[in-house]
Amino acid sequence: MASKRIVQNGPSLSSVRSGESVQIRRMNGGHQFLSRLASLGFTPGARLQVVQNYGHGPIIVHLRDTRVALGRGEAKKILVERAVEVGDGR
Amino acid sequence: MDGSTQAVPVNGKQAMDVLNGSVTLTVALAGQPNVGKSTVFNLLTGLSQHVGNWPGKTVEQKTGTYRHGGLTIHLVDLPGTYSLTANSQEEVIARDYIIKERPDVVVAVVNAASLERNLYLVSELLPLQSRVVVGLNMVDVAAGEGMKIEPQVLEAALGVPVVPMVAAKNQGVRELMDTVDRLTRGEISYEPNVPEIRADHRDVLDEICALVTGWVPAPYPADWMALKLLEGDSEITAMMRDQCLPVEQWDLVHEILMEHEDAVLAVASGRYEWVGRMIRAAVTRPRTGQITLTERLDRYATHPLWGVLILAAILGVVFWLTFAVGTPLQNALDVYVIGGLAEIASGLLAGLPSWVSGLVVDGIIAGAGTVVTFLPILVIFFAVLALLEDVGYMARAAYVMDRFMHLMGLHGRSFIPLFLGFGCNVPAVVGTRIIDSRRARLLTILLAPMVPCAARMAVIVFLAPIFFGRMATLVAWGLIGMSLIVLAVVGVLINKWVLKGELAAFIMELPLYHRPNPRSIGIQVWQNSSEFLKKAGSLILVMSVVIWIFSTLPNGEIQTSYLAGLGKALAPVGALMGLPWEMVVALLASLVAKENSIATLGILFGSGESAAGLQAALAGVLTPAAALAFLVVQMLFIPCIATVAVIRQETKSWGWTAFSVGLLLIISLSGGIGVYQLARVL
Repeated sequence: MASKRIVQNGPSLSSVRSGESVQIRRMNGGHQFLSRLASLGFTPGARLQVVQNYGHGPIIVHLRDTRVALGRGEAKKILVERAVEVGDGR
Repeated sequence: MDGSTQAVPVNGKQAMDVLNGSVTLTVALAGQPNVGKSTVFNLLTGLSQHVGNWPGKTVEQKTGTYRHGGLTIHLVDLPGTYSLTANSQEEVIARDYIIKERPDVVVAVVNAASLERNLYLVSELLPLQSRVVVGLNMVDVAAGEGMKIEPQVLEAALGVPVVPMVAAKNQGVRELMDTVDRLTRGEISYEPNVPEIRADHRDVLDEICALVTGWVPAPYPADWMALKLLEGDSEITAMMRDQCLPVEQWDLVHEILMEHEDAVLAVASGRYEWVGRMIRAAVTRPRTGQITLTERLDRYATHPLWGVLILAAILGVVFWLTFAVGTPLQNALDVYVIGGLAEIASGLLAGLPSWVSGLVVDGIIAGAGTVVTFLPILVIFFAVLALLEDVGYMARAAYVMDRFMHLMGLHGRSFIPLFLGFGCNVPAVVGTRIIDSRRARLLTILLAPMVPCAARMAVIVFLAPIFFGRMATLVAWGLIGMSLIVLAVVGVLINKWVLKGELAAFIMELPLYHRPNPRSIGIQVWQNSSEFLKKAGSLILVMSVVIWIFSTLPNGEIQTSYLAGLGKALAPVGALMGLPWEMVVALLASLVAKENSIATLGILFGSGESAAGLQAALAGVLTPAAALAFLVVQMLFIPCIATVAVIRQETKSWGWTAFSVGLLLIISLSGGIGVYQLARVL
């Protein structure tokens, strides 16, 4: 895999606190992983709200009208940036 | 997929049944998980459904028929998948079926409450050859969440029929089939708005398409293959590389693919952009800030502390149900039905040689008894599992347990079946079906027999007080703790050395909670139970008879039987644990059912029915160290044949079944020997 370089620009999803809304910047990982994430609604540019993040263990996010649980390790591979405030968060 | 082509009509052309003038259609049901697809399927097919496996796969295949006027609809329930890209065998099955068998219509069941993500699958279905009808399910749930969806607007955007429904209340399902009927008769126009690749990747796709055209095998569309290559689909990539393209040609394709490794996300983003255009006019969204039922329940159900407590409470109720309802029923069946049958059979066979009645009463009827008496507990477990899955709780339980299961390289989902093992290992092994990755499922199946089942507890409860007096309770808890520690250690070791491989990523939808559907649950319980009776049941019966034969031949006395002979032959192994040959035979007899150990000891020590007599006899031949060793072996020994039978049924592999048996044999014997030698020194 050519994209071994992990570009750590911007915080990862695992560091976003409960209740905060963010936008996905970049997703790292192999084809299989990215494809699974994409089929559940995770794509660069997608907005999501972190529903639950206790700082340890898996987290819950809400995106594209769906609640998705993902492991902390998986969340670390998703880089995010603050979503621009547009009123209702969509 | 061979052998299944005979009855399937060719692309859209309905197979006319000349004899009665009726028309047969093949309709495939597709949909993401948690959209109510199985409710739709159950409503349409009822008990007419046939459960089997997809050819060459371990995934369950359900088919059934539905009659609609003069029309016979052959329904095929495709596995629930989020996309059609090869992430698991489910996706491969779903897309191969549609591409190779070309059903007349694919009904895409979508959940109106999460339409945006659900239409992603539809965006992958539309480019395939079969016509698509969208079943817009759960419109009531969407309305409850405050969403307004206009089906006609969605229909106009998609260019394919959209039928609103509430399958759980049997609303709209007939209309769905009516629409399918009218579509195939050409009464409805069909002009699908097929999504196209995003502009920035169109040229690359064309390039790949030009390179593979002419090399793509028959039913696959070349442009679809090119798109899957661009997405990095593992199955299609391997197929084109190894079977279809000449090496030089593949190198050219490969070079392009390497330059566009990020295409997978571009393609997916393009699909979501298309979805966004489809729903823009059709869906009006609620203001955020409204707190839904799911959000309120999840504050507790997924909380690190409350979530665990709620899970513990639910499992406590399951235990209570098993012991309060299941066990008495089990005993009643054993005493009245099986006991009654045995009595009648003994009476009828009185005039015949004693081995005939022995075979019938102690072999066949006792074996059938084992099968039947398992049923009440299994039905309870199946019902609870189906209920928790149906209301949407199961995903929460998995979420809460995920951090603990990670230690063994497993996900939260594996916890549920393992817990069921405390009641009985059989539903634990069968219950691993809820685990989506094959590797994790196999590991869970291998670990399940190490959970101490109720029958093994019964043996401890009988034996521990004889040797350990007031310490008995402590010893019992110690043995349970030991089993769980062994389970965890073995889990870590197998994960590290035997079933190596990436831990499948933990990404799981948490579906909305909704009211359970009794019909769906009923059908599932009925199917699982009858499947157990048919498959595992027949194997248990045969093995019970075989063990009876070995415990009877050659002279009809267990003390001098081949089984006893085997016990005596194995006495040197027993001696390492301080166990006389009778105890070895008791372990062998526990293969039929764990509680058999005690009954066998009763026969071998000639104490008959008196429990006190047996306890006294055992106290005479066993030292406490040997008794402890016996209990350790008993806890971790080869599972009973019912469990072995379902391990074979669920793994579909004698190899893994043998591995499980061998593993437990080694663990239990080394544990027993170790404990005995250690306890003797101390």
